[in-house]
Amino acid sequence: MTFDVGRSGGAFVAAKGEGRGALVGFLHVGYPDVPTSLDAMRALAGDGEGPGVDLVEVGLPYSDPMMDGVTVQRAGTRALQRGVRTRDAFAAVEAVAEAGTPAVVMTYWNLVEHYGADAFARDLAAAGGAGLITPDLTPDEAETWFEVSDAHGLDRVFLVSPSSTDDRLAETVAACRGWVYATSVMGVTGARAQSSTAAPGLVARIRDAEPDALAGVGLGVSTGAQAREIVAYADAAIVGSALVKTLLDAEDRGTPDDLTALRGLVAELARGVRGES
Amino acid sequence: MVSALPDARGHFEDFGGKFVPEALWTALAQLEREFRSAMDDPGFGDELRRLLADYTGRPTPITVATRFAEHARPADGPAPLILLKREDLNHTGSHKINNVLGQALLTRRMGKTRVIAETGAGQHGVATATAAALFGLECTVYMGKVDTERQALNVARMRLLGAEVIAVESGTQTLKDAMNEAMRDWVASVDETHYLIGTVAGPHPFPLLVREFQRVISTEARAQVLQTYGRLPDAVAACVGGGSNALGIFADFIGDEGVALHGYEAGGDGVETGRHAATISAGSVGVLHGMRTFVLQDEDGQTKDSHSISAGLDYPGVGPEHSWLAATGRATYEAVTDTEAMEAFRLLTQTEGILPAIESAHGLAGALRLGRNLAPRPDGQPPIVLVNLSGRGDKDVDTAIQWFGVDTRGTGSESGRPVGTNLSDDPELDLTLDESGPASTTAVQL
Repeated sequence: MTFDVGRSGGAFVAAKGEGRGALVGFLHVGYPDVPTSLDAMRALAGDGEGPGVDLVEVGLPYSDPMMDGVTVQRAGTRALQRGVRTRDAFAAVEAVAEAGTPAVVMTYWNLVEHYGADAFARDLAAAGGAGLITPDLTPDEAETWFEVSDAHGLDRVFLVSPSSTDDRLAETVAACRGWVYATSVMGVTGARAQSSTAAPGLVARIRDAEPDALAGVGLGVSTGAQAREIVAYADAAIVGSALVKTLLDAEDRGTPDDLTALRGLVAELARGVRGES
Repeated sequence: MVSALPDARGHFEDFGGKFVPEALWTALAQLEREFRSAMDDPGFGDELRRLLADYTGRPTPITVATRFAEHARPADGPAPLILLKREDLNHTGSHKINNVLGQALLTRRMGKTRVIAETGAGQHGVATATAAALFGLECTVYMGKVDTERQALNVARMRLLGAEVIAVESGTQTLKDAMNEAMRDWVASVDETHYLIGTVAGPHPFPLLVREFQRVISTEARAQVLQTYGRLPDAVAACVGGGSNALGIFADFIGDEGVALHGYEAGGDGVETGRHAATISAGSVGVLHGMRTFVLQDEDGQTKDSHSISAGLDYPGVGPEHSWLAATGRATYEAVTDTEAMEAFRLLTQTEGILPAIESAHGLAGALRLGRNLAPRPDGQPPIVLVNLSGRGDKDVDTAIQWFGVDTRGTGSESGRPVGTNLSDDPELDLTLDESGPASTTAVQL
């Protein structure tokens, strides 16, 4: 059995070719507003200049995000209050893809199903999107998603958890295309000071199940040092809440368009996965 | 004995399932294993039955609501026989304790030491806090901030019972957000914590196990009605929020084809206003809180705010088995507005001396509507309508004071001069009932 690295896993492979780990960055479309969020995602990608993330996770806000911690919830709620729509995610994907960085969408299943799973896959692919991360959809309920992701050539990134049994973990890894999202701790999103002790073991179990599988580790990663630690054993470090927080802080300071802190954190994280921090 | 649905994957045909983060899969699988082994373990059944009898006070009686039923008399026939299944007489004041004791026993069986719960009206939170006290478990209850304000009495009860009550300020600050927050807690604490869901909703196996723990309501009621009247009821009515009291009283009647099953959802200000919680009547199929079911959602699939005077029905989803019963036509679901529910609340209080929970008042309003519209029986006997009186209304007195403008000052004062109005003095506030029917200014519009 080999692992299909799809379109988004290609970014991990390219990083590996440079002798480093990959960096994945999450931001919501629609926060602080749709145009600024697109600018922020271009900044994540390094604005086509300095080193940025290797893969952008475009978060599509949902009213009932059960995997999101307070930081991500707060930004998502504001984006919804300001009228973000599902179709805005495709605009964000397009903006990132035009900047030359692959993008995947991360959202909850009801929004995909409600848009029409096939239409969602079609429009995501047409926008240049590489695939979808599904925090509340496991392979068990994913018949439709298998069909439409195959039809439109999209990656399927499912989550595995420290609590996953070996059997479930093997099935989930086999169902993934692109890479596997390893949730490093039992919990929701949010920056944590302590590095996970469970994550290295979880990544090892992913590789036991499928030696060629690519694994990104997320939940709680916020500093360059943590990112460096993670890519010592995993293919990619995933950062979300810490990036979102730079935008929340900018709005709290009354300068929601100010992406300085975001760029600073991206640069720090990019140095981290290059072993420079 | 567990019936054929849900299937092994937790599906009621197109509804139900497990749409949850992978982190919860192991816990849900463990819960299902323990539940199925407990159902096969006579010792578990014996202990639960003992608790329900000695602690909760089961069986609950059936009360004939004769004076209330006069208000459901059709134009050209006898008044129906309205029978109340008195779940309000359970310890803690509602049907919620039936499920809570079952799940508390499962918690102990799984070796877990902490329970968490979501609550809307506070009935489930109080029941959970009660069981936690009884079993020596740690307990955290999540409650929308809006609900903590309208159900302050129940917040106090939970805290007195030793539970931690967390007011949830995210989203709409009601039941759905409390459920999100409880899920987030559970993802992080699943090793030692059981999420004690209070209704027949959420990911499999919750809709299954909560139904089975509430089935006792219809098992008792079916036998009680048969024994007293020698026949089954013509119709069974219950309010539906998440739907646990309704499935409890429907469960053993689902196979009785001659028994009509009616669920009454919270119509709020009226379904046409958009301010309601009538999920099946006015929603569409979606995925919420781990299940595929009817959901109130906007054109993108974002959950819409629900509205109801009743905190316990103020939920934009519904248990998947109800969606299935509606889709198959086995049960019918209609909306009852705040106004209709409060009229039924007033009527039952003043005709039978029973103060119902506002949730249950939706089922009572439905029973009045049903009684007026039931076809006469061929044998000329009055039709029997069995209503689940799922909870008592003490917690709702503040809401009723505001709704009816009840004067809470006593009559008499230090100066000897009466203060406060006699309720019947003011036609706008007339809470008295004319024997011929409801007072005209507050007539029941059904």
